Amino acid sequence: MASQNENFFLKYFWSTDHKIIALQYMFTGMAMALIGGYFAYAFRMQLAFPGAEIPLVGVVTPHEYNAFVTNHGTIMIFWVAMPVLIAAFGNYLIPLMIGADDMVFPRLNRLSYQIFLLSAIILVASFFVPGGGFGGAWTAYPPLSADGAYNLTPLGASMWVTAVALEFVAFLMGGINFITTAMNSRAPGMKAFDVPIVIWFIVIASILFMASVGPLIAGAIMLLFDQQIGTGYFDARTGGDPVLYQHLFWFFGHPEVYVVLLPALGIVAEIITVFSRKKLFAYKIVLYTAIATGVLSFFVWAHHQFIAGIDPRMANIFTVTTVLISIPIAEMCFVYIATLYGGSIRFTVPMLWALAFMAEFLIGGVTGIFLGASGADIYFHDTYFVLAHFHYTFFPIAIIAVFAGITYWFPKMFGRMMSETAGKVHFWITILTFNGIFIPLFVLGAWGQHRRIYSYEHFPDLWELQPLRIFATTCLVIMLLAQVIFLVNFFVSMLRGKKAGNNPWRANTLEWTVPSPPPHGNFETLPVVHRGPYEYSHPDHDEDFWPQDAAPAAESAS
Amino acid sequence: MMKPVATTRSAAGISTGMLAVWWLLASEIVIFGGLLASYIMHRLAHPEWAEYASHTNTWIGTLNTFVLLSSSLSAVLAHHAAEKGDGKKAAKYLLVTIGGALTFLVVKSIEWSIEIHHGYTITANGFWAFYYVAAGIHASHVIVGAIVMGWVAWYANQNRELQRVEMVGVYWHFVDIVWIFLFPLLYIAK
Repeated sequence: MASQNENFFLKYFWSTDHKIIALQYMFTGMAMALIGGYFAYAFRMQLAFPGAEIPLVGVVTPHEYNAFVTNHGTIMIFWVAMPVLIAAFGNYLIPLMIGADDMVFPRLNRLSYQIFLLSAIILVASFFVPGGGFGGAWTAYPPLSADGAYNLTPLGASMWVTAVALEFVAFLMGGINFITTAMNSRAPGMKAFDVPIVIWFIVIASILFMASVGPLIAGAIMLLFDQQIGTGYFDARTGGDPVLYQHLFWFFGHPEVYVVLLPALGIVAEIITVFSRKKLFAYKIVLYTAIATGVLSFFVWAHHQFIAGIDPRMANIFTVTTVLISIPIAEMCFVYIATLYGGSIRFTVPMLWALAFMAEFLIGGVTGIFLGASGADIYFHDTYFVLAHFHYTFFPIAIIAVFAGITYWFPKMFGRMMSETAGKVHFWITILTFNGIFIPLFVLGAWGQHRRIYSYEHFPDLWELQPLRIFATTCLVIMLLAQVIFLVNFFVSMLRGKKAGNNPWRANTLEWTVPSPPPHGNFETLPVVHRGPYEYSHPDHDEDFWPQDAAPAAESAS
Repeated sequence: MMKPVATTRSAAGISTGMLAVWWLLASEIVIFGGLLASYIMHRLAHPEWAEYASHTNTWIGTLNTFVLLSSSLSAVLAHHAAEKGDGKKAAKYLLVTIGGALTFLVVKSIEWSIEIHHGYTITANGFWAFYYVAAGIHASHVIVGAIVMGWVAWYANQNRELQRVEMVGVYWHFVDIVWIFLFPLLYIAK
């Protein structure tokens, strides 16, 4: 155990404690979410009121508009969803939930966060170099991304690629740490099926990330060389192939959806079992389904390229695999509903978020089937329908599930309870305005509104629908303002909330057996595990929860 | 810093460090796999690349293959010595392997100087772009491997952390295996 008299800097900025590193990831992710939200505000205001002077932004030029859209996407996926869902929750939960005192490689863990922080700084700094931030969309397709003469951000584009590549390196290090820790450092008695689902899912997600990101790391090096030293990997004029980049990007990009989805589903699984006081329905099926989803996710990537000139016969195959992957995810939804069925449900704030995740993600999933069918996609491709679809998947993942996780584990992280009332007000405003933003965008997309257009003033048949854009933007502004409620609740509760005690939710998993917040080293004596994580309302036990490390009745009676 | 208890556990039946090395290699395989798959697809689509490839120097490539594969022998002998608890001997064998790595890099530098001198630079055409990036990423692994081996040898010489000798050996074999893919793809297929 580390000495208790470390100074402030060593404790919070140079720590090897997995919990501090988790909080570093979480707060960095939250700060980046504010930047990403600010970008969304800027470009949505431009779309609702083209050319107007926007409060806190000013007039948005077309060039800035592109940079805002591009970096909104990049930040929300790589610097919010990834660090918070995988890195923050993974770091916080893996050692605690498997009964270990830390990650297996604490210094590697610290290095991983430092590289991540460096990548975030490079990305933010790219806005302040000559030419400004990269504006070639978060997918960064060449030739636009490969040549400064086209994208007009010769430096910004390279900083963007560098930041993304460094971020991948950080998560590869973190991922190796997560997988090794979960495989090797489980408490005595914890068998494979006694591991909480969220841990399994974070580990499967880390493996998916590791298995899919390699080609894009190679692709990022090629893109950087195309930009800076004039090679022609993606330049058709010199025998290169721009579609190759799309393959490298989406071979990673589609599994990436499941890399962030699985931890979100895991968080939801923990919460719905605790707050329906019921065992998780079909633990093994959930696990095998996740593995099947992971395997299948490597065979769907070209559905992003149906109109990029790929062979139509290949498009047929990818349509089949894409529609197939909705089966395991639907199965997961049914299993969760079966877990709720007959439970004694408590509508706490984390439970509301978890239920909202299932409801909203369902809409994202169902609209995905339209886009996965290559015929329908010819019409829908690159419209706001696509945009609304993936926001109905990513918003539940990166925002709703994150709020579920934060409100659920907040008492453990900071030792105090958050306000339920403020939490519920924040929940309802966020959920209602979320639907208010994106349902109009589905309509606009079905109407034929193309993405990445600065202003619709010059498209008469689209300009008629301006009230829908204004409505969506209004909802966005209300949603962003509502986050103030969350931030106030978060920081006030951290200082003044009701003391939480070890186990405020009466949950089974090991993190709830230690003080809140847990000390460095987590457990006073490392626990021994006697049962699975979801033994709620067990007929052989008096209480409605049965912690994993509680000794069996026969022994405790003697 | 004291090692956490977590590091000393092995629920999977394999030491933590070794497990991490295998996962590291798994992630490396995909990086090289993506790069080489891109190269092979381009190569198949561009018959004219065979002509570009004919300018690579097969003899220098063969010499480097020989140097690199031989250096794995001393890595194995180092592991063998470490198993017996003879850290000093393990460190000596690791130094021989580092010597192999340095020889490989020197030969590679001479080879590249000759090629660049003849105008085959990274921007000459698609083949040379892949040639330099694939061999360059491999060479960076050789450099990292040599540095890590020096660090492991430093500890091994004091009979500390001898389990690391095997880990760095496994990494070194991987660096060899990558070269075994690169050598025919870049030098022999003409």
